[in-house]
Amino acid sequence: MMRVDRSFLVMALIFALLLAAPFVLPLVEQTYLLSLLIKAMLLAIAAISLDLLVGHGGMVSLGHAAFVAIGAYAAAIGLESGIENILALLVLAVLVSGLFALVTGALALRTSGVYFLMITLAFGQMAYFTLTSLAPYGGDDGLTLWSMATLFGSDVVQNGGQLYLVILLTLLASWWGVHRLSNARFGRVLRAARDNPGRTEIMGFSIFRYRLTAYVIAGMIAAVSGLLTMQHAEFVSPAMAAWQRSGDLLVIVVLGGLGTRNGALLGALFLVLVEEVLGSIFHEWRLLYGPLLVLMALHAKGGLSDLLFPAHGPETTDATRANGEQI
Amino acid sequence: MDVLEIRNLNKRFGAVHVSRNISLSVPDGQCHAVIGPNGAGKTTLIHQISGVLQPDAGEVVLAGRDITASKTWQRAQAGLGRTFQLTSVLPSFSVLENVALAAQAKSGSSFRFFRPAGREADLNEKAMRTLERLKIGDRALVPADDLSHGERRLLELAIALAGAPRLLLLDEPMAGLGRVESAMLIDILADLRRSIPMLLVEHDMDAIFQLADTVSVLVDGRIVAQGAPEDIRNDPAARAAYLGDKGQ
Repeated sequence: MMRVDRSFLVMALIFALLLAAPFVLPLVEQTYLLSLLIKAMLLAIAAISLDLLVGHGGMVSLGHAAFVAIGAYAAAIGLESGIENILALLVLAVLVSGLFALVTGALALRTSGVYFLMITLAFGQMAYFTLTSLAPYGGDDGLTLWSMATLFGSDVVQNGGQLYLVILLTLLASWWGVHRLSNARFGRVLRAARDNPGRTEIMGFSIFRYRLTAYVIAGMIAAVSGLLTMQHAEFVSPAMAAWQRSGDLLVIVVLGGLGTRNGALLGALFLVLVEEVLGSIFHEWRLLYGPLLVLMALHAKGGLSDLLFPAHGPETTDATRANGEQI
Repeated sequence: MDVLEIRNLNKRFGAVHVSRNISLSVPDGQCHAVIGPNGAGKTTLIHQISGVLQPDAGEVVLAGRDITASKTWQRAQAGLGRTFQLTSVLPSFSVLENVALAAQAKSGSSFRFFRPAGREADLNEKAMRTLERLKIGDRALVPADDLSHGERRLLELAIALAGAPRLLLLDEPMAGLGRVESAMLIDILADLRRSIPMLLVEHDMDAIFQLADTVSVLVDGRIVAQGAPEDIRNDPAARAAYLGDKGQ
């Protein structure tokens, strides 16, 4: 039980810092850091959903950014068509992305391992090229939005309002939701199927159904990240679906610690801050970033979560062990 | 009543006819053993019963229900419990959670997303009772990966039992066990067989003669002899094909 309390403490600390940031940063005249934190939080929401697939489910997807982009585009197109309520746009984004996940997942989950990765990559690229060909909505160049979604007419969900807080609360909800789900009956079957699919099937579980459900849930959470990204950037573009973005998400969950409570969150914060810090030191920052990833992969398989807050419970070790073999 | 009935099962791999008109049945409260030399088609037979392979012709009926075309997990839901020749458990799960998950499979929907499964008392109690029945209750909280080979065998049996099976399909349960462990497992299975019928594929003759009510001898995909263990011991065809090889 100590271990559980500890990961909650780490999470509470991170959220407290994120909550304090908008009040403290303006005092020290570092407001630009807020947009970095927003970027990190939006990435973290998507990464948390990807970790449900990779960390808990053993399904290594290289097309996850497509769900973020589809959610963003669904909301943007909804907004262009006159839907202004953010809750209606949320439903729209989640449904469209969920449907895409259901169809592509049903096909991709007939495979596993490298083949699953290749198929998700292919679907991601299909989404990317479809978005570039949406001429009425900006095509290659993307779409700049001239009006923003509101919450029943209120600007609380806009950049001029409390969007930072809305994103933070959404992050908290995603974190909590995935945490509950992974410990519930559903998550237990998902982890069992990752560990030993044959055995899980012989216990009487159709692992395809559980994996597909997880895939759809992950796609829906990613769509929420997309919606909020659109709302923050006031812009959507096909680049959101690029496979490099999916790769970034994968790096975040592996770097943070697969299947750990706070891994995706730590990974996202780390990635954004490292990019910023190294990038401000010298232009070719990726020259340092690459070897850093190699070192992490070789010597810190439990990820940042294990490195910063070592706790040798089954949660961290089993996920890394199982996925170490998978990838 | 027959819990398991196999009728005229046929399977070919190219030119090799690995199952030739296999028919056998397991009545309630009985243990049916299948023996045969290596390459006789025992594993292929097991795979067709458990759903890993589809037969080319024939039927598999479990508790009155035709499961020939069912998927593996549907067979498990229909009441088929099985253990493997090479033990198969969930290595990163605790021993208790392995068994609790098997109980979960037979206790309502698993599409539940909020309540922590680890705190479901009825699943844990059922799992604990099963472990205690097999005398590995004291290992409940150990990761399954840390078990000895013999303990893993018992865990596998516990997983199968927690699914409340109508029939146990045991694929060489004695493989790799020492004499003491084997004797203990035979005692456990002897206790179980009246309440849960079994189909036992085994090389260990001690186990066969202590447990089986009926023995089928499989040679080249065909059942060459079938009967009570004593009759099989004296059957010329069975002796020539199999028992003779062992010099008995």
